This record gives sequence, structure tokens and C-alpha cells, in this order.
Amino acid sequence: MGTLSKLKKRYFGKKSMLQLYLLAIIPIACIILFCYVPMSGILIAFKDYSVRKGILGSPWAGMKYFEQLFGTPIFTDILRNTIVLSLLGLIVGFPFPILLALAFNEIRNARIKKTLQTISFAPYFISTVVVVGILNQIFSYRYGVVNGVLNLLGQESVNFLGMRGFFRPAYVLSGVWQGAGYGSVLYIAALSSVDLSLYEAAALDGASRLQRVIYVDLPCIAPTIIISLIMNTGSILSVGFEKVFLMQNPVNYGVSEIISTYVYKTGIVQAQFSFSTAVGLFNAVVNFIILLLVNTVAGKVSETSLF
Amino acid sequence: MAGHIKTSAGDKAYLGIIYLFLGLFTICTIYPLVYVVSCSFSSPEALVQGRVFFWPVEFGLQGYQAVFKNGQVWSGYLNTILYTVVGTMVGTAVTMMAAYVLSRREFPLRKGMTALFMVTMFFGGGTIPMYLWLKRLHMLDTIWALVLPGACNVWMTIIGRTFLQSSVPEELIDATCLDGGDYLQYFTKVVLPLSKPILAVMALNFALGHWNSYYSALVYLNDAGKYPLQIVLRNILIQNTVDMTDMGSGMDVNSMLHNQYLSELLKYSLIIVSSLPLLVIYPFLQKYFIKGVMIGSVKG
Repeated sequence: MGTLSKLKKRYFGKKSMLQLYLLAIIPIACIILFCYVPMSGILIAFKDYSVRKGILGSPWAGMKYFEQLFGTPIFTDILRNTIVLSLLGLIVGFPFPILLALAFNEIRNARIKKTLQTISFAPYFISTVVVVGILNQIFSYRYGVVNGVLNLLGQESVNFLGMRGFFRPAYVLSGVWQGAGYGSVLYIAALSSVDLSLYEAAALDGASRLQRVIYVDLPCIAPTIIISLIMNTGSILSVGFEKVFLMQNPVNYGVSEIISTYVYKTGIVQAQFSFSTAVGLFNAVVNFIILLLVNTVAGKVSETSLF
Repeated sequence: MAGHIKTSAGDKAYLGIIYLFLGLFTICTIYPLVYVVSCSFSSPEALVQGRVFFWPVEFGLQGYQAVFKNGQVWSGYLNTILYTVVGTMVGTAVTMMAAYVLSRREFPLRKGMTALFMVTMFFGGGTIPMYLWLKRLHMLDTIWALVLPGACNVWMTIIGRTFLQSSVPEELIDATCLDGGDYLQYFTKVVLPLSKPILAVMALNFALGHWNSYYSALVYLNDAGKYPLQIVLRNILIQNTVDMTDMGSGMDVNSMLHNQYLSELLKYSLIIVSSLPLLVIYPFLQKYFIKGVMIGSVKG
């Protein structure tokens, strides 16, 4: 390859290379300043941090805050809530964009396909605050349209938002509503690169449309599916803070308090800096272990892995 | 080719199911949006009496009038525009610089810099260390707390680098070299003009992120005058705190009731006012978001 010889080639001379260094300084400074320096702040999880003494001046606390976390009565609750919410989101939210992409792929009329796809995109551009706002309005006890329809059918109004059991389905399904269209793009791109001769061969063999999907489409997009499954599973404990926080109310705390909302409350609201950092660190470590595990398993099973 | 394939009964049933699935999905996607739009154009009374199902009932603009009288919404809107514009410009500039530098294979720091960047995709300091650090930098309650931490987006950097390596021909650097140029000139005069699509991808992703974000503002801003639109929205939509003093009406029972209805209507109009800019322009810009996903998946 020609690029090999260019690999070692230095253009413009040494003085010009200085310009590349200068251009690199700003992004590197950004990353160091806003990723690595805060990373070093993780130290306070192992210290009795006080604002007055600063990070380095505060006395060591060892594993005290981790012991405190594991000893907290609601620790198992928030851990369970996080895992359940995340798994539900994964089980429902992960296959849906794939199904959607396969369905879009069956439409031969380009205009219809494009219109439907554009519509499916719309919720992606709506903010989390607005999504939860719409959810609250539609399911509102007094003015919501869902209860309006129930009343028309002669049913009593249901106080959905005041039901503990409403939180999880609402969280998961609104996630599908918001993300499925955008999520399908990845698979549509993968499907568009399927070799047409494979379809012809399948047609010659007398395969039905469904068989083509199962024996041609799915195997072709399998690597894409596996990579994105690894990525998704890797963040199983990092359920987004934003939507859960917005959907929380005193009725559903029992199922909606998750690690990230707990970090926010103990850290930002109650200013227990060391404890809250310890909670966040625990979360990050477990996440990384899961990512490594899934990646190894995927690598063994299918020879597709992240690294 | 497709014309030669016979459509069997099984295939027809299968296609029927596909169309049914897509039809239902599309209705579920679009109905909540249509409903919100229709509510926002209805009268407060029709809304609270539950008479709106699909089309506006007793068409009116009272909700929008209430939104535009609300001072919080105005200041939130202006703040969000400011944060979005500055955040997008800074973010795109910094990220593009990183992408360009990393796209030069002869850059000695390339490997180290890539590693430095990649690690941050898996590890972070977390909420509290970040908060304390920004506090020490005296950035809390400033626009910089919202703009700078995410300015160098690693994911966008990788997408940008992939684009530059695949779409800007290497011959051009030889030409610049012959013309007696340097790396900076090559960047500004050759690479940037050829990078319009990827600049659009970056800028739009930054803009969408800033327009819709509320987490940073929730954690890093205390001054209500600096709140972006999403925080104002949260206060009104989720926490039900509408300041109706701006409505300027009396204290009798009827007008209080009317105000309560109006505050309900205001929520719908507010949703539209805050989301409309994006919903109107996205059909024209979606190709850039799609492009971002496509380039990202190549190197994923």
C-alpha cells in the first residue's frame, strides 16, 4: 500500500510540525482538565474530604465510605432497581430498533420508506424533560387523554402517575418511543450493505421473504448487533440519571431510586462528597467489569469483540 | 430483479404483518406529538374538560399568549440560545482540531493522544469530583461549566478522524507541500473546506445536545437568571410551579379557576414552543445525523 511509504514521511519540515503540536494542545488540555483532573478527584472516596482542607489535605478514611455504602439498608434496593431498570430497557429497547430496521428494509417504495423513517426520528429530537412532560400530561389523573378515553369507555379514571407499578413500564416504553427510530439507523446502514447477490441466490433457492430475513439479513448484520450489544451491556449500571430523576415521585421511590439519583442526592443535595464519590466509583468499577466480561464472552462465542 | 420474485401467499401475509407493525409504530410515534399540538391550540376549558382527543377544540391561542407573557420562559430561551451557540462553536472547533491532528499519521503524539482520549470513554471522575473541580476553577454559575467539560467530544473526534482519513485525498497534502505551505495552511485552506459535511455532523450533534441538556445546568447552576430553557421547562412541566403573577388577573374564584386551567394549557404550548425549532428543521438535517452514525459504525 502506498500509505505505508507515507507513514514515515514528514511533510513541511520540523517547524511546521510545531503547528500540529499547537493545534493538539487545546483538545489535550480540555481532556486533561475536564476528564483526568476530575478522575484524580476520585481520591476523595478514600478520604474524609472537607472543603476547607482540600483533596490532598483531608485525612485518609480507607474503605470507610464503601463499608458505609454496603451497610446502607437501601443499598440492595438501589442496586436492584438499577439492574432491573437497565435489564428491562435492554430486553425491550435493544431488539426493537433491529426489528424496525428489518421492517423498513422490506419496504420497496422509497418515498414511503423515507417518510416513515423521518417520522420515526422525530422523538429523538425532543428533550428528556419534554418527553417526561408529555408522559405526565397524557397520563395525568385529572386532565390526561388516557383517562379521557377510559371515561368514554365507561371506566373510572386511574391515577397512573401515583402508581408504583407504572414507573418501570413508562420508563422503558418512553425510551423505546424516543430512541427506536434513531437506533434503527445503525442497522439500516448495515442492511444496505448486504450483498444483493445473496438475495438473488436465496430467491433461486425458493426462500420466502421471512427466510431471507432469517438466513441472509440477520447473519449479515450480526457483527453490528453484537458490537452494539456489548456497548449497551457495558453501561448496564449507568442508567441515565436524567429521565429517572424527572420521573421520580414519593410514590415510586421504592422502584425508581437508582445509583445515579442516589449519587446526586447524597452528593449535590446533601453535600456528603466522599460518600457520594464512593458510590459513583463503585458504579464505574462494576460497569467496567461487566463490559470486560461481556466482551470476553462475545469474543469467545462469535469472534466479534470490542477490543 | 425484485420483479422476478414471485409473491407467495406466505410472503403476502408476512408483508401484511410488516406494514401493520410499521403502521402501528408510526401512529404510536406521532400521536403524542399531534395530541400536544392540538391541546396547545385548544381553549383551557376544552382541555381540562377532556374534550381534546385529536384535533384542537375551540381553537385559540391563549396558551401561547400565556407562554410569551412568562418572563422565565423568555430568559430561559435566550440563555439556551446563548449556551447552544457558544457551546456548538467551541465544541466543534476543539473537536475538529483534535480530529485533524489525529488524522495526520506522521504526528508523533498520535498514538499517545488516541490512548489518552479513548480511556475517557470508559472512565470518568463522576459527578462529585467534577463538581468540586469546577467549583475550584470558579466556573460554577457560569456558561463555561456547561460548555467546556464536553467541548472535546471523544466520539465526535473519532468520527471526524475517520472522515478526514477516508475523504480527504492524501495527494492534496503533497500539493500543499509543493506550494510551500505548512500544516496550518493545509488545515485552514484545504482540510476545512473539504470537511463541511463532518463539520455539520459535529455542529448539529453539539447543538442538539446543548439545546436539550439539563443535567449540567441542574448541577452547576444556582442562579435562576442563568437557567436554560430545559430547567425552566422542568420547573413548569414536572414540578408544576407556574408563576401566574404575570397573567395579571384578579383574585376572585372564577379567574383563579381560569388561571389554573390556563396553567395547564400553558404546559402544552410550552412543549411546542421549546421543541418546535428542532422538530421543524430536523427533517432537512437528519442526513447529517445519519451520516454521523454511519461513519461511527465503520470504525466502531
